Parts: sequence; C-alpha cells; structure tokens
Amino acid sequence: MPLCSVGYYSEVVNPPRALLSPSLVREMKSLLGPANVLDKQEDLLLYEFDGSVEKGKPDLVAFPHTTAEVSQIVKLAARHEVPVVGRGAGTGLSGGALARSGGVMIVFARMNKILEIDIENRRAVVQPGVVNLDITRAVEHAGLHFAPDPSSAKSCTIGGNVAENAGGPHTLAYGVTTNHIAALELVLPDGEIARVGSKHGDVSGYDLCGLFVGSEGTLALVTEITVKLARRAEAVKTLLAIFETIEDASEAVVEITGSGITPAACEMLDGWTLRVVEDYVHAGYPRDSGAVLLLEVEGLKEAVEGQAAAIKNVCAKCRAREVRVAKDDRERELLWKGRKNAFGALGRVAPSNYVLDGVIPRSKLPQALERIKAIGEKNGFNIGNIFHAGDGNLHPIVLYDPRDTAQFEKAIAAAREIIRACVEMGGALTGEHGVGMEKSELMDWLFSDADFALMRRVHDAFNPDCSLNPGKVFPLNKGCGEIRIKSKEVVGAQV
Amino acid sequence: MTVAANVAGRLADAIGAKRVVFAAEELATYEIDGLMPSTIVRPCSAEEVAETVRFAVAEKLAVLPLGSRSKCDLGMPPTQYDIALDMTGLRSIAHFDAGDLTLSVDAGMPLRELEVYLKQRRQFLPLAVPCFESTTVGGSVASGIDSALRLQYGSARDFLIGAEFIDGTGQICKSGGRVVKNVTGYDLHKLLIGSLGTLGAITRLNFRTFPLPAAFGGHVAGFARSETALAYRRAVEKSGLPLSNLEVLSSGVVEMIRAILQRSGENVPTELEHTDWCVYSSLEGDEEVVRRIGAELERIGRDTGAVFHRILGTAEDESLGGMLRECFEWLRLASPANVICRVVLPEVKSVLLDGLLRLAESATLRAALLVRAAGIVYFAVLAEAEDESAMESLQKVVAGARTLAEAENGIATLLHAPLGVKQSTARMKTARMESTLQQRVKQAFDPSNVFAPGRVVGGI
Repeated sequence: MPLCSVGYYSEVVNPPRALLSPSLVREMKSLLGPANVLDKQEDLLLYEFDGSVEKGKPDLVAFPHTTAEVSQIVKLAARHEVPVVGRGAGTGLSGGALARSGGVMIVFARMNKILEIDIENRRAVVQPGVVNLDITRAVEHAGLHFAPDPSSAKSCTIGGNVAENAGGPHTLAYGVTTNHIAALELVLPDGEIARVGSKHGDVSGYDLCGLFVGSEGTLALVTEITVKLARRAEAVKTLLAIFETIEDASEAVVEITGSGITPAACEMLDGWTLRVVEDYVHAGYPRDSGAVLLLEVEGLKEAVEGQAAAIKNVCAKCRAREVRVAKDDRERELLWKGRKNAFGALGRVAPSNYVLDGVIPRSKLPQALERIKAIGEKNGFNIGNIFHAGDGNLHPIVLYDPRDTAQFEKAIAAAREIIRACVEMGGALTGEHGVGMEKSELMDWLFSDADFALMRRVHDAFNPDCSLNPGKVFPLNKGCGEIRIKSKEVVGAQV
Repeated sequence: MTVAANVAGRLADAIGAKRVVFAAEELATYEIDGLMPSTIVRPCSAEEVAETVRFAVAEKLAVLPLGSRSKCDLGMPPTQYDIALDMTGLRSIAHFDAGDLTLSVDAGMPLRELEVYLKQRRQFLPLAVPCFESTTVGGSVASGIDSALRLQYGSARDFLIGAEFIDGTGQICKSGGRVVKNVTGYDLHKLLIGSLGTLGAITRLNFRTFPLPAAFGGHVAGFARSETALAYRRAVEKSGLPLSNLEVLSSGVVEMIRAILQRSGENVPTELEHTDWCVYSSLEGDEEVVRRIGAELERIGRDTGAVFHRILGTAEDESLGGMLRECFEWLRLASPANVICRVVLPEVKSVLLDGLLRLAESATLRAALLVRAAGIVYFAVLAEAEDESAMESLQKVVAGARTLAEAENGIATLLHAPLGVKQSTARMKTARMESTLQQRVKQAFDPSNVFAPGRVVGGI
C-alpha cells in the first residue's frame, strides 16, 4: 500500500514511517525552545512538498541556530531511533529534502549567516541556510560572485546546493557547485562534528569534500561551508539567436561546442515554451520563431568580441533568422528574466508541470530532442523544452493536471521513457536535480550490483543505521537495511 | 619452489602465464621504498585486474597498482608489497566524442601519447604533470600531483567525470559517467584522485577535454625580495587576467633552470643571471588576447617595481614552461637525499616563504621554492649526503616546515624524501578527525586492505 509516494513508482511501497514519541517532542522543545519546533499537523503540511512531484511529511520540524544544536538534535533523534532529514528552502526537484520515512526534519532556514568574507583570497564561510544569491550580493562590490546559479538562486540555499551539487545556466563555463566548495563542516549521523577540506581547497589524503558534495544528505548534514568566489569577467555579451526550427537551433549548439567555443551560458527555449514565456515576461523573444538560444560570452573585451563573432557565424551557418546582441544591462537582464521566470510562466497554462532533468552527450542533442517530441506525441503531451543546451542538460517539461490520475500516470510514464532515452544515448539520469526519491528506482539503469555494493559500503561508513535521509539515492531494495522492502515487479530493468 | 614462484605459478593459472613475471632482475625494477614485490602482473583487461585482486584478497597479499612508476616516490613506504600490478597493458582510447569534448581512456595510456592523439583533433587534457614523457593517465590521477595549468583549468577533480576501477573486493565498479554534467550517485571517482592506489586499481578514466587555444605566450618578471614578488603576483591575480599559469620561483629554482640551460648549451637569458625571485606567467587564447595580457603584465611589472619584466618568445616560453612543469622531478633526481614538501595555504605570505628558506639555511642546506597557482608552495631541500647527520637535519627541516605551515592554517605533505625521513613522518600522528573519516572510506573501498597498505599518511 503506498504511504506517501507519488512520482515514478506509485507501486513501490515506501519505507515504514517512524513513530514519534511525545517525549521526543518535549525534549526537542526544551532543547531549541518551542518557537523553533513545529509538530502540529497543519504546520507540518508545509514541509510535505518540495519542487518535485514527490511527497513525504515529517513528524516534527526543528530549526537550529548553531552547529552544536544540529548535533544535539541528531543525537536526540538517534536516541529515539527516528530518522533525520535536512532541508534548506525546499526548492529541490527530486524529493531530496522530503521526509520519506517521516521523522525529524532539520530546516536550516535560521542558520543563515555569512560568517566570514575573505576578499583577498576569494573565499566566504557561510551557514547552510544562506540563500545562494545572497553570497553574490555580499561580495559583488569587490567584483566577485558565487558562480553556481541555479534558476532558484533567489530562494534556494547553499546547503541544499551542496547536498544536490546544484548547477545552473552558467555552470557551462564555471562548473557546478562541487567545483566551488573548499571545505565543509559536517554533523555525522551520530552527532559528531567533523571538518573536511581546507580553506584553500586541497587536502592531503582523500578528497572527502568531493564525496560529501552531491551526496544528497545521505552521509552527513552540512553545517558550515567554505565557498570559493569567482571574479566577475571584464566584459559580458548576451546574444539571442533566433531559429525557425528547433533542429537548426540544436545543430547550432553542436557546432558551437564542437568548434571549441565555450560560452559562459548556452540556453535553449523551444518555440512553444518561448511563446508562453513571452506572453508573461515580455522578454523580447520573437513569438513566431521555432526556438531561441540565449548565449552569453564572458572574459576579456578582446575575447568576448571574438567569441561573439564566432557564435554569430556558426548560428548563421545553421540558418538562424537573426542573432541579436543585448545593447546594455537592461536588455541583458530582460533576456535573462525570460529564462529565469520561465517556470513561473508555465504555471499560467497548466495546473501543474513536471520538470525533468536528464543529461546526454552534447553531440546527441538533435536526436534527443527528436526522441522527446516522439515520446510526447505517443503519450498525448506537448512537451516543452527549456534547458542548458551547452552542457547537454535537458529539462523537458510535461504539463499535467494532478487531479486527473490517469493523465498524471501517463506523464510519469512519458518522463520515465525520456530518461531512459537519455541513458541509451550515453547520458545519465540527472544532470543537476539529483536522484532523491524521484529516480532512486531508476539507478539500476546505470549501476551494476557491484557499483551498488560499493556505494552502499561508502554510505554505511558514514550512515550505518540509515538514520539520515533514508529512502534516497538507492533503489529501495538495494538501500538501507532496515527499510529494505521488496518493491513490486521492479523496475527499470524491464524497459 | 620459492614463495615468489609459488604465488606466480598460481597467479599464472588464474589469469594466464603470459601476464605474470617473477624474474629477479625484473622484480628489482619495481622496488618501492626498499621493498620488492614477489610477482609482477601485467593485465590487459579490467577483468584480469579484477581476477588478480580477487586472488590477492584470498591469499592475503598486498597489491600496488602501478603505471609507468615515475611517481612511486610519492606516498609513505608500503607496509606490505607482494604483487606489482602493472597497468600499462591497458592503454586504449575507449571512447572519444570530439563534438562533446569527452574522452574515456584506459589507465595505462601514456599522457604524451594521449596529448598527440588529442592535439591532432585540436583538443587537450590539462594534466601538465611532472614526468610528462613517461607518466600514465591513471598514475597521474592516482598520484594527485598538481598540474601546472590548474590556475585556469583546475585540478583533476574539476575535469574527471567518471571512472572504472577494481575495488578491494575484486569487483569492477564505476562512478560518474561520460557526460560533462552529472549528479547521478556518489562522486566516488573523486576519491581516487591522490589515493596513491590505496582505494582501488583504476582501469579507465573519463574526462572532459578542452579546445586547444589558438595562441600561447609567456612572461617573466624578476624581484629582489619575496614580498615584492608576491605583491606582483597579487596585483596580477587582482587584475582578473585569465592566465593558465602564474608561478613564483625562488633563486634555488632559477639557479637550477640556469644550470639546465647551460648544460644543454641553450642561451641563458641575461636576467636570470642575477635574480632572486622570478614570477612566470603563461598566457593563452586567441592572438589578440595573448597580446593584451602580455601588455598588461608589462604594466603591472612596471607598477610594482620589478627588477626586470619581459614578454617571452614562443620558443623561450615553451622551454621555460616545460622546465617548470618538470622542475621538481629534476630536483628529485638530482640527489636521493633531496626532500620535497608540498604546502597548501589559504594565503601565501612572504613570512612563510622566508621562514622556509631560513629553516634550510639554518641547517646549512640549500633550498628551492615554487609557489604555484592559488596557494600551493613546493619546498625542496637539497641535500648532498645521505649520512645520519644529514638525515637528522632533513627531519628537523621537515618538522619545521610542518609547524610553519600549521601556524598559517596550512597543510604540509611530504612528496619525496629519503626513506628515513619518510618513516619518521609516517610515525607523526595526525590527530585530525578527517583522518578517521578517511579510514572509513578506505575500509569501504578496500575492506581487506589489499591495496597499497600504508601509502597514505596516517597509515591507510
């Protein structure tokens, strides 16, 4: 019987829920103060969702202010044998910060201080609840920024970015979150506090920081983060390349990459999506086009001129109708506003949307878009595409009405087919949203039993009792021991 | 039958006689820190590597995965060494997608050969590491040694996108993938970087590759004191100029370069005759960009009072860049008694550089310093003799370097040293919590401790 799962596998039984004792609630309130604990059902409902199509309600929400408090919460939960899940702003798109087995949710919203800024050495030390964009705001006076810029940068927190190894449009040139993290302070599932990495970033021995970033909160809770700050480029040029067809646009992306041009960002919006966005944001995207590429080049003035010219040439060769260059910051911001607010715009045309996240080799982009279109048609959906074309990170969007169960199930089936196509093309399950509970059952499309066995041993080396974020990343029948429940006629292998 | 012949015989049964060697003269060439293996295995596939590891686990033997053996000096002495697992038989390019700029290559592929392959396709892998002529891809990654290009391209962790390896249970495992952006599963491949063969035998590595820049250039500036050299370096960093390399060299390194140039009959630039500190920058991009950066560096050189500053010609730059990539290899080869430490710092200050040089001076030893991009300092202590008193002074200098580094919130690691110095370092306790977390990782990857026991500081 499904307990709380929607998503890919409504047939997969969720792990059993923990039972919360009244004494745990009392102890938590006395530890943190009643104002920092939520346990009423109506309050908990707010924490049942994130940005994904999954659900999972915690039994208690705790708001620590310090690392010591996090450690005490974890110890308290361990004593009562209830699981713990960390959460930032809840903007995640794979159910990573949902309490799949109930238990205690630690929300880092009140650990939101920037502790140190070292302009000279381009480092900042921040608490996990600091909003991504606030780091950049705090250092931009010195010409610096925090490079990873997920679309949710205005609201998502750095702790969540670290857990999911978040990306964004500009990761094409700058790299994803893991490339910008130097050190972490962690609370392990037994409450012990540890530090990995160094302010510089290098260590002697194993790169533990590299392991913990992107481990989706299944190994430890991150309580302090030393981030690397990047320098703003001297010059930026933003281009909008307009194409009659999505095929021409994707061919241009392949050509740009293959010819050795690395733009700072290379985003694609297909015709249908750009019309929805244009009607809402008025960013200046031509409503009658088949697709647009939003491209940005950064660097020295001389380099930017050269790259912009090279991009224009490639686009012309690929039959672009027009390549516009933003004349000033206002125009540039407007073009980006369309991209950044696209998901808000989609809310106007359907009750709900399911944003997929797949990744393919960039040379396969035209074939991938064709497959997505065919899968959409077969299942009766018009699937929009707005994505990080430059690094092959697809975000097909399936619009659906959650009240229509049959339609929702069809949406899930189509989504699954698209991800399967990405894997078949040499890609992976997720480029930046994470596995979470959304794709945990698909993991064996990519990984063998030996791979799982090793990942499992690494998991157990830090989280042996599976008390931290259970039911994530691993398929349920290959995951945490005590919740190893056999899933029905599983799963991807038959596809 | 000797123990070696016995093991080799059974290994030959397991993976084939052609793959197994135990002739004494060959074994001697696989010596590491005074230890010799009893058998050499030269597998030609991941499955053969796995078979060897399973054999070793069952027999409680220790395996050291090796490439060209150019960097075996790195790491602590192994506590046990039975099988030398020579990975150079795995050397094909499994996959190259020019349009995607991704590459999947066997661990035993020599970097030089790979460079030629990629260059023909106008791409490259930014692993500019010492012993470039002989080193393998797998060995470079497992050694964790810095690339001279890390300022621009980062270290291996920034462009390694996946790996296939044999874990300590003898299973073929993989992590990551072949796409440039991927968050599917744990990034286990990152742990292999710098693991010195202690976590697994790397069989294949996936990288993102980079387009070859259209033009290259170089620039040098000379300074009388470390403060002024560092002030120049800071000004260059602040300028935001995109450099692929920015290195500060002490007179010890400059002297060595001078000597090498003289030996090979090349012209020694007159400035190098009388310079205490030298800062080398390497530039790339299209021609206009290279010209602009050169001009800016000249301006910064003038503004910060450089004793000299000059844009290098292409041939000069290639020669100097190559020498700097290899310089610590030359220092290592110059005398078996030489010690090389790597100090990582949040901020490189002249007080530390001068302190390190004074340490050597007070032990009447010569020293050379190279400050690499960001905050990495290579500190070489040049010793002529290997006698007991020399060892004692070297140990004092190493301990002193460690204290100086820690006072600046840095970490000092011993890269190369005579065995005696290594052993005294291996005994130093690392009380850091991080070290127990590292033990847990080792245990997960290699539960029966079959891989290179003792090679990582802290006895892993």
